[in-house]
Amino acid sequence: MSTDEREQVEAQLQALFAAHPPADTPEPEFWGAQFDHGLAWVQFPEGVGGLGVSPRWQAEVNRRIEAAGGSIRNRYLNILGIGMGAGTLLAHGTEEQQRRFLRPMFTTEEIWCQLFSEPGAGSDLAALSTTAVREGDTWIVNGQKVWNTLAHLAKWGLLVTRTDPDVPKHAGLTYFVVDMEAEGVDVRPLYQITGEAEFNEVYFDDVHIPDSMRIGAVGEGWTVAMTTLMNERVAIGGNVAPRGSGAIAHAVEAWKRTDGSDPVARDQLLGYWIEAEALRLTAIRAGEAARRGTPGPEGSTAKLHWADLNKAITSFAIDLMGPEGVTYPGGYEFVRPELTATRTEDPHKAFLRARANSIEGGTSEIMKNILGERVLGLPGEPRVDKNVAWRDVPRS
Amino acid sequence: MTTQTTPHEGEMTVTFVETDEQQQLRGMLRDFLGSRATSERVREVMQTDAGVDDAAWKELGEYGLLGLTVPEAHGGAGSTFVELAIVVEEAGKRLLPVPLLSSAVLGTTVLQRAGTSQQLQRWLPDVATGATRLALAHLDERGRLTADPGVRATRDGDGWRLTGTAGYVIDGHTADLLLTAAVTDDGLALFAVPGDAAGLSREPLPALDLTRPLATLRFDGVHVDAEAALTGGDPITALHDGIAAGVVALACEQVGGAQEVLSTTTAYARERIQFGRAIGSFQAVKHRLAEDLVKLEAARSAALHAARAIAAGDRQEIAIAAPMAKALCSEVYETIAADGIQLAGGIGFTWEHDAHLYFKRAKATKLLLGDPHLHRRLLGDVLSL
Repeated sequence: MSTDEREQVEAQLQALFAAHPPADTPEPEFWGAQFDHGLAWVQFPEGVGGLGVSPRWQAEVNRRIEAAGGSIRNRYLNILGIGMGAGTLLAHGTEEQQRRFLRPMFTTEEIWCQLFSEPGAGSDLAALSTTAVREGDTWIVNGQKVWNTLAHLAKWGLLVTRTDPDVPKHAGLTYFVVDMEAEGVDVRPLYQITGEAEFNEVYFDDVHIPDSMRIGAVGEGWTVAMTTLMNERVAIGGNVAPRGSGAIAHAVEAWKRTDGSDPVARDQLLGYWIEAEALRLTAIRAGEAARRGTPGPEGSTAKLHWADLNKAITSFAIDLMGPEGVTYPGGYEFVRPELTATRTEDPHKAFLRARANSIEGGTSEIMKNILGERVLGLPGEPRVDKNVAWRDVPRS
Repeated sequence: MTTQTTPHEGEMTVTFVETDEQQQLRGMLRDFLGSRATSERVREVMQTDAGVDDAAWKELGEYGLLGLTVPEAHGGAGSTFVELAIVVEEAGKRLLPVPLLSSAVLGTTVLQRAGTSQQLQRWLPDVATGATRLALAHLDERGRLTADPGVRATRDGDGWRLTGTAGYVIDGHTADLLLTAAVTDDGLALFAVPGDAAGLSREPLPALDLTRPLATLRFDGVHVDAEAALTGGDPITALHDGIAAGVVALACEQVGGAQEVLSTTTAYARERIQFGRAIGSFQAVKHRLAEDLVKLEAARSAALHAARAIAAGDRQEIAIAAPMAKALCSEVYETIAADGIQLAGGIGFTWEHDAHLYFKRAKATKLLLGDPHLHRRLLGDVLSL
């Protein structure tokens, strides 16, 4: 990190704070000014919210804004846009697309969602079957997407479609930005095991998308989608929670309400406490290695470990509750959670919600394949659909 | 390990990134051990009566690696426990049969905490070069850590007279100086007893792990002079610190061993063909290895953190980090070593294959200095859970 970069960032911070005191400026207005000063994502080029400096400076910028009484919660409010869409647009979007989309994305004036998974394409994402057929300068989209966080609030969606069924599955995909208010887009709540509708299903019935909203070349959708998913992995993680927080806090709390006489349960509790703390330390290690530019296997193991451990600990916390474990204090209200709500406040809800941890963002089975093949260098699974046209591959 | 703290306090700032010097040390050890501690050599040494690779020990001493935590004024390197942990981890990868744990970790820590300045001057320089090997005798004949060890010391003229039996002494039959816990009329005391003292008999204990010898020491009215009593510090604190250092060193050794088994097993899974495919391409095998990798990285985090807590001298954090590392790394090493046998199939179960050496080391290290249940209990007391 050069001194020049430090001075550049510092000058922009001073100018931003002078013109828009973080504590006294309304949030969207402040975020807009932050964008204009190149402090939204410092590694981006000038003019699209960045300064073209090392991404390491962003943490410093965020810290300073919070210290000055400002907020960086836009990163969570528009997590799919800022966390995943921005990097995708930067890597594959036209300059016009970047100028149109990035600023209102950063200010949260336009919320984004992701439209990748389908009922028939979960782990095997490239098998997706939502079609886009070209008619002149317009694409006509038909199909169904699922597990779409924020789709009910989103103005824009990141959409992967099949544009050529006659080539193998990875080759026939094309990536678009879709207007969620367009005719033929139907967003329906998807109620899950907790009773909440955190996600949506999105149906496309002859939806028109202008070709100017295509991201990347026709047939290059898989490459663009991979950029989005890489950004997802960067966006998740980041801050390391304090020792003893998260699921283990529920288990500790439940233990403290028992009479403490069960040595087996105590041994289990401490085993989980140790694993949770070791995983927290692993996250710190991964962060340090990433900042140093030498990421090791610890980053890839953390997601898998967290998913399986979180399930085990949240379940154990309910076990410790005895009779209270069979209650569901919040009730199955069939509501949409608040955008800013933390999911784990209620141990019963956390227990049920954790079931998805080993499915979402890559199932544990797929994560084990990835670890086995990319980190340990073991041979891949035989692929039976590799050179077969998508049209001819059996599907469920 | 009864210091009271809460899980939210006492967090020290840790940095896991190794310095250039630490990386060089690791690289140098890999080169040295790669050529020195071959499977053939380890097997040759483990079947001798002494069970120690004297030549490798001597060379480690010449490299200055045995007095890493000894101050420069006493002939050591004045480095930290983090450097010592690297040596232990790398030696653990190769099952190097030398008294690192007994002398360089347990013995050196206890001596430094309990010795007077004259005693340190007298013994530490030779300990730092490896010329004098220490062992710690603090358990009773059945290997239990109790307030009343198996040895009693009574005044005998200017000196002391020791009677009784100390058991499960790591490298006890080859050590030059035995740091012995004994009960006196005034409570627990520590004595530095020469290995050749009259009245002392040392019997090797048939050990599960042939690469780490154990001995029973019988004190039949052994007379030592007044200078043998370690009176420079509180003996209980000295033992406590020595055991904590040993616990963390074992955790680091376990990480090294587990890493080695996982690498070897993974290499085998890439090459072994069954049903026309490398067995590592089957998810039943691939997923087991991936799960082992996940466990190993968690164990590594715990061990590295604990080593840094000792280096920082942060007693509050050591009380959490040490039992945590020992409990977790013990379980992980045992699992990975067992998987090493399973995934190598029939060959892994044979005497010729090294898998059983690691499996035995894993099991023995799990039980030495307290098993995972004990350490979880200790941690629970510290966390008030």
